[in-house]
Amino acid sequence: MNQVKSIHIEVLFFASAREITGSSNYRCELPEGATIEDLTAHLIERFPELAQRLPRWQIALRQEYVNPQTPLSDGAEVALIPPVSGG
Amino acid sequence: MVELTEKPIDTEAILQAISDTRCGAALLFLGNVREWTGDQQTNHLVYEAYRPMAEAKMKELEAEARRRWEILQCSIVHRLGKLELGEASVAVAVSSPHRRDAFEAGQWLIDTLKEVVPIWKQEVWADGSAEWVHPENESNPTPESS
Repeated sequence: MNQVKSIHIEVLFFASAREITGSSNYRCELPEGATIEDLTAHLIERFPELAQRLPRWQIALRQEYVNPQTPLSDGAEVALIPPVSGG
Repeated sequence: MVELTEKPIDTEAILQAISDTRCGAALLFLGNVREWTGDQQTNHLVYEAYRPMAEAKMKELEAEARRRWEILQCSIVHRLGKLELGEASVAVAVSSPHRRDAFEAGQWLIDTLKEVVPIWKQEVWADGSAEWVHPENESNPTPESS
């Protein structure tokens, strides 16, 4: 049997990302080998209102900024980082 | 030392923390809640953070500043939650043997904090409306530069 394994991802939403999605976190399942880019495509499908903004936002994987080609692994914590405004 | 806190920032404690007899310069920068942005009047602000990452990034900034300049003490504190007009949202304090290092390190620390540390500000305007501030024009951090 050639079954596609899946990985579980925990996504965190802050500031306007939380307002748009109506939630501070979201769990999803993606096929093994999925990248940040695959996750953002999935999120835009699930939350269409993110489509205008998400492509311009930074993404953090395990608390580090990463690029769209970065691979995901099971149990990864990913945060959407809208442009920051601390200080 | 870096800290995220819901309590008012204690500037006396910060100055105490960076006190060092090897240093002839002590510098404290405070970012305060401003009432007017152009012709828009602020009622109050709300700050939130991706806490573990914000703390990690603030520690990285402190370490980088210590590499670049001769600063012997460093304290970075950011307030979270609801802030009233005039209250301090952020404090950056450094001490160094000579003033030039303190000024340069302090300037770099607050500028870089505002670019890379995952903290967000919500403006609650005097008319009761609220919006998260997400600067779109400034250059965003990249994995290479963070």
